[in-house]
Amino acid sequence: MIRVQEEDFDLGLELSRLTEGNHTIGGLCSFVGLVRDMAGDEEISAMTLEHYPGMTETALAEIEAQALERWSLDATLIIHRYGRLQPGEQIVLVAAASAHRDVAFDACHFLIDWLKTKAPFWKLEDTPGGGSWVDAKESDNSAATRWDQPTTLIDDDNGVAG
Amino acid sequence: MKILYFAWVREKTGKAQEEVSIPESVNTVTALADWLTNRDEKFAEVFEQRSAVRVAVNQEYVSFDHAVSDNDEIAFFPPVTGG
Repeated sequence: MIRVQEEDFDLGLELSRLTEGNHTIGGLCSFVGLVRDMAGDEEISAMTLEHYPGMTETALAEIEAQALERWSLDATLIIHRYGRLQPGEQIVLVAAASAHRDVAFDACHFLIDWLKTKAPFWKLEDTPGGGSWVDAKESDNSAATRWDQPTTLIDDDNGVAG
Repeated sequence: MKILYFAWVREKTGKAQEEVSIPESVNTVTALADWLTNRDEKFAEVFEQRSAVRVAVNQEYVSFDHAVSDNDEIAFFPPVTGG
């Protein structure tokens, strides 16, 4: 499931809804991105997230579909916020649930790595010197390229769950 | 043709979106970028470093040699920074 929204989300509620009623799930892995109050040595008083309505939803759905194709997952969730956010606020949630933890960890990592380089969002930071558009990082590109090769499905049926 | 601009591309061009009628000779993204620059010098600053600009045609990432036509939705924006 994907959601693009201005309002905040309740992490606990979202995660319990995601696994509710599905007892084949043994592991749930989530990542939450937060607004920092510093960028390098510059103070950040707020951040505004702009996005491309329509394309954003398409891109996130493609990223989720790619995860579901690569791993044996019981549930996935991507929530990304837009608009003006204060330091400490939640920006993004990605989560992946599976029978076993390795798959959940890998899929969760994949979701956030691909989202960062493929979903059309842009961050504007409010600094003492004015608004400053965040530059794309080369490290984000290299993080995403590690998933360029489709992952072999892990067939791990011998451990305990989680 | 509908053209959308995001982030600093929007700020530099001074518009979030516009409807334009392009001549038939403008049939690739590169040709469109040149045509926009000729029309309005504000676009020169955007397109002077083409490697810093990403483009989508009908909401799919494409390269600057991709074809464009009058019914397309085009978007120009910087590399994405969400997450």
